[in-house]
Formats: sequence, C-alpha cells, structure tokens
Amino acid sequence: MKNPLVALILGILIGVGGLYFMLPYEPATRGAREIQPEAAPVTEGAQRVAAGSTLQRVKRRGFLQCGVSQGLPGFSNPDDRGNWTGIDVDYCRALAAAIFDDPAKVRFRPLSAKDRFTALQSGEIDILSRNTTWTMSRDTQLGFDFVGVIYYDGQAFMVRKASGITSAVQLAGATICTQTGTTTELNVADFFRGRGLSYQVLSYEKNDEAISAYDQGRCDGYTTDASGLYAERLKMKNPDENIVLPEIISKEPLGPAVRQGDPQWADIARWTLNALVNAEELDITSKNIDEMLASENPLVRRLLGDEGAYGQAVGLEGDWVARIVRAVGNYGEIFERNVGAETPLGIKRGLNALWNDGGIMYAPPIR
Amino acid sequence: MAKAGQGARRGNGLGFSWYNPRVRSVIYQAAVLGIVIGLVWFFVATAQQNLERLNISSGFGFLDTTAGFGIIQTLIPYTEQSSYGRAFLVGLLNTLVVAVIGIALSTLLGFVVGVARLSRNWLLANLAAAYVEIMRNIPLLLHLFFWYFVVLRPLPGPMQSLEPVPGVFLSNRGLILPEPVFDASALAFLSALILAIIGSVFLVRWSRKRQLATGQLFPAWRVSAALIVFLPALVWAIGGAPFHLEFATRGSFDYAGGMRLLPEFVALTLGLTLYTAAFIAEIVRAGIQSVSRGQTEAAAALGLKESTTLRLVVIPQALRLIVPPLTSQILNLTKNSSLAVAIAYPDLVAVFAGTVLNQTGQAIEVISITMAVYLTLSLLTSLAMNWYNARIALRER
Repeated sequence: MKNPLVALILGILIGVGGLYFMLPYEPATRGAREIQPEAAPVTEGAQRVAAGSTLQRVKRRGFLQCGVSQGLPGFSNPDDRGNWTGIDVDYCRALAAAIFDDPAKVRFRPLSAKDRFTALQSGEIDILSRNTTWTMSRDTQLGFDFVGVIYYDGQAFMVRKASGITSAVQLAGATICTQTGTTTELNVADFFRGRGLSYQVLSYEKNDEAISAYDQGRCDGYTTDASGLYAERLKMKNPDENIVLPEIISKEPLGPAVRQGDPQWADIARWTLNALVNAEELDITSKNIDEMLASENPLVRRLLGDEGAYGQAVGLEGDWVARIVRAVGNYGEIFERNVGAETPLGIKRGLNALWNDGGIMYAPPIR
Repeated sequence: MAKAGQGARRGNGLGFSWYNPRVRSVIYQAAVLGIVIGLVWFFVATAQQNLERLNISSGFGFLDTTAGFGIIQTLIPYTEQSSYGRAFLVGLLNTLVVAVIGIALSTLLGFVVGVARLSRNWLLANLAAAYVEIMRNIPLLLHLFFWYFVVLRPLPGPMQSLEPVPGVFLSNRGLILPEPVFDASALAFLSALILAIIGSVFLVRWSRKRQLATGQLFPAWRVSAALIVFLPALVWAIGGAPFHLEFATRGSFDYAGGMRLLPEFVALTLGLTLYTAAFIAEIVRAGIQSVSRGQTEAAAALGLKESTTLRLVVIPQALRLIVPPLTSQILNLTKNSSLAVAIAYPDLVAVFAGTVLNQTGQAIEVISITMAVYLTLSLLTSLAMNWYNARIALRER
C-alpha cells in the first residue's frame, strides 16, 4: 500500500521535474516575467510578442501580412491573376510603402468573417483590413485596437424588384440571408425586434453562399453593409432585378484593427490612415507629389517630412507620407479608384467626403 | 520520507527497490502521468498568460450574456434576448434531433438493405449491392451538397409551392405539414394508447411464458396490434378527435403556421441517413453471413419457416457481431452531423462554435465546450450500446 504510493509520488516528481528543465520557462511565474523587446524570439505567432516588436518582425520578415476579405469588390477583391484591389487592399499597400518604400511588399490573406479575429489574435496577420465594423465589444473584449475609420458604412437590405417591396418595414415575415459571424446578424435582429416584426434569418458560413442562396430564392432578402450590397449585386445573375432598400439600419464604421499591446504598431497603422486623409485635404496626390515636395506650405512640408521628424517618432523614415502618396495616392484617389463614380460600384462620397466637403472624414493634424 | 522507507525495507523483497520490477513499472507509469499532467498544465498556463497579455476576455461568464442574434430553427423557446447559453442549448438540440432521426432511419434502412443483399431474388440483391457501393463510395459532403444544392434548392419559390397532398406544401423554403394541435380529449386518447401498449407488453410476456410451459401458441402479436389500434380508436370514437390539424396559411412572403421542415434539415438528415445506411447494410450482411450454415439447416430440419428462422435463429446470433461495429457507425453519424455548417443548418457547430464564437471571440472556451459535448454524446452512446451488447451477448451454459 505504502510502496506504490511512494513510487507514484516519486514518479510524478521525476516527470514534472524533467518537464521543468525541458521547458523554455516556468509557466507559473507569469506576470512576474519581464517583457524584453530585444529577446523577442524568431518564432512567428502571437506567443511572446513583446511590445514594439511587430514593426521589427515585419521588417525582418520583409513583407506585411494583411488580413483581407475573401472577395468583396471595391474593398478587397482578387482578379483572375491574383492581384488584389480595393480600399482595404490599398490601405495595406500604403502601410507597406511607409515601412518598406515598396507597396508590393504585402501578402494578402483572405479570411472569412468567422476566422478574421482569431487570425489577428494569434498573430497570423499583422493587421486586419477587412471591412470590419469598429464596435466596443470588439475593441475591448477581443484584444484589438481599431486605429480609425476608413469607410463610414451602414447596413441595408436588398430584395427582388418583383416582390414590390420598397421599404424595409414591409419585410415582416421574410426570410433574410446573411453571413455568419458579422455585426449584420445582430443588426438585423435588432431591426426586426425593435419594430416587433417577425422574420427568419439564415446564416451562411461564406458570403458567396449567402448571395447565391438569395439569388436562387431561398431567401426573400439579403443584408449586409450598403457598400457590400452594391458590390455583391454585381455578382448576381441579373443585377438589375434586385434593388437596395433605402433604410440604413445601423452605423458601420469600417476600419483596420491591430492587436493590443504594441502601441508603436498601432500608431503606425493609425497615422498611415490619417496621412491618407490629410494628404487629400492638402491636395497632395500621386500625380503632383514631386511638385509638392518643393512646396512652401508649412502643413505640406511637415506632412512630407521636410520639417520635423514625425516619421522617425513611430520608427519609420521621415519621407513616409511621400512614399505612401506616391504608391497609392491620397484617400480620395483610393476611394475614386476602387468604389467611386467611375467604377462599376458607382458609390458617392457621401459621409466619406472630407469634413470640409460635406462629409465626416476628418483626420487629426500631423504636427 | 522516501529515503527512510527505502533504508528500512531494502532487501525484504516487498519494499522499495529499483530492482523490484513492480516498483519500476509504477515509477515509469507515474513518470508518464506526470509528464502528461505537466504538459497540460503548461499549455493551460501559457494560454492563460497569452490571453491576459493580449487583453482577451476569458471565462465562462459570457454564457449569461444576451445573444442578440436569431436562429432559424429552435426546438425550445428562443428569442434574440435569450442568452448565449440558451443559444448553445438550441444548437445542441438541433444536433440531437438530426442525430436521433438519422440513427433511427439509417439503422432501419441499413437492416433492410443488408438483408436484401442476401436475398435469393437476383434483382433485389443486386439493387441492394448497387446502393451500398454507390452510397458509401461518395464523400458525405457531396451527399449533402447533392441534396441541398441539386435537389432541394431548385424547387419552386414559396408562392408557387407544390402541393402534393392538400395542406402539404413543398418549396425551396422547405416542407410544410399541417400542425396537429391537441384538443381537450387528447389526454384520454393518450392514456388509452399508453394503456394499450402496456397491456400488449404483458400479453406478449404471458404468451411466451405459456408457450414455454405448455407449448401452446397464442397469436400475441396480432392481438397486441389490434389492441393498440382499436382501444385508442374506441376512445377517439367516444370522446371525439384528440387533435385537429392546423393548416399553413399564405403569408406575405411564405406560408405561415404549420410544421416546417427546413430544406437544410431535410438535406442533412437524408445525406447522413443514406450514407450511413450503406455502411450499416454491410455490417448487417457480414453479421448474418457469419452465422454458420448449420444453424439454418438445423432450423429447417426442425420445420421452422424461413422468416421464423431469420427472426429466432439467425438475427439473435448475428446481432452479437453487428452491434459493436454498428456503435461506431452511430457515433460517426452523430459526429458527421457537424458538417451541417456547410449547408447552413443551425446545429451546435454552426450556432455555437460559429456565431457565438465569433460574437464573443472566446475561442478556447467555446471550442472546449463543443468538444466536451461531442465527447459526452459519444461516450453516452457507447455506454448505451455496450449495455445492449452485453444483454444480447451469447450466454453460454
């Protein structure tokens, strides 16, 4: 009775002891361990990512890992040769230009709505630029920092013209298709609940499945952000037979997000976005950038790095904004190129116009 | 302390000694156990540390938070104000209903096909063989896609529903059946039905006992069937119908009311049933063929009819071989039901490991709960099947 017990205890001690020496560090002392930036290991992943190290890791790796959608025209969409285009894509290119002076040093990782947060949490991607709505719970509970708003959106419904529906309140009793793992799923519930209307929601894993289900008549309506509706309508058999209802049922500020705990990286991401908007405000475009470098306007000189050391303050070069604008243009150029009036999407600037032009796009000054 | 024990007992053969193989084996096993415990502890601690550092919320408190999203098929009352815990139950029940129906249907179909494959009827045997070969050699996911995207999706829209039987509507929104609504006399009807079933059980037992004692046969099954049909029917005739059918009515988009089987549900159940039934058929065939030919011949020599031989001689012996692999198939079916996510059926994985995981972001908790659920379901199934297997095991005298 006593002997096996002694052996058991001894065995466990040997086992645990052996483990103790095999493991890289003692897990029980968490919190007490100092975070050492220079000791950041070579391994990929969120594990042991020390403060300030995301930029270093990106530089050492030689390219940026950017999480995008699986294909949403205007925001992040691959063509038949695998070239990505869209607002969210251009933002990542801008970030790569700021870091490497080369907008091509980005690898895009298509993520489903469901997988995107885990991908960012685990360190699979450096930045999530995937038409993601900035909400409090995502900002606080998921361990993210949203760095700003790149597109002010709102959720709306699409229905078949033949149904004769002209307003979302006529949707009582309808079946609505949507994608799982989005704010859309919650907003649609709020909308119908708030009005005491009955509805059914069918949530698909992939957006394309939801679209085709709606297109084949499994659902009476399809819902996502208004910009997305215009984009998805292009994929349908007969785009003209579908209309987008006028009601905007939610606020959807879409923006890039980074992991919490690396303020330098968050700053780089935030001020890259602000630089794009500030460049538009100062009329600096990809075409006139070389003339602008000779400008006497102190605002322009500061933005382009002729005065002050704003880029250096976040670990970049002084001409970071010049690099960005030369590579992808300013915010307005990105908007017009990807979703603007000249594109199949034909979206007006609306809320996304600059603050001095009737919109609410407003960036803190760089000074 | 160990040292003292070591010194005191060395040499008597029973005490602690490295030369005692029993002691060594205990130490080795304990060391392995220690390593396993240590590794688990290490992973848990690392995960906790990382979650804390990344400011990701953890813990199971989220189960009480309002879910805020809708689910298309709910077997228990559920609204958007219900909690994530409630959403979990809804998903679990949706999984269970598919699993239970799938298990019942596939076992039934599997037995029929398995027996048919051994039939002397050439056409029947070959049809059964073709069924088995086709069904079990196509991946399950394709079965689901076939039923969902090829068969059910192209059905007409809800306003052009097919109406094969009055009150039954079939469209791409699903199969809508009239809903039985129980009336006041339902209680009497139900008690009559239960009474008839209990009576039949006693009748069958009594007749078996009598047969063993006196050799006289009593048509117990036929009398029982009559009892089960006529006693409730009598109550129906006296007390009036126990329920009336409520037919679905045309709404603005779709038929409202009635009982609705979603196309997602139908596709999943059909796919799982047809796929698993092919495997069960092979198990049944193997079981029956393993019963030695002498048994059948002996039964024939005794003058038993072919159906009686199958029922009393072959099946009971075959079952001993059928049940253990059948358990595996039942477990597979339950776990395979998680492919529901591919066709948007709101099962546990879609609702809980999908939507809830994404809304809360608590991957570790949600995935562990989901894994624990499947483990528990499987272990319970195994337990039940093992109990049944022990009951039908050969009792050697």
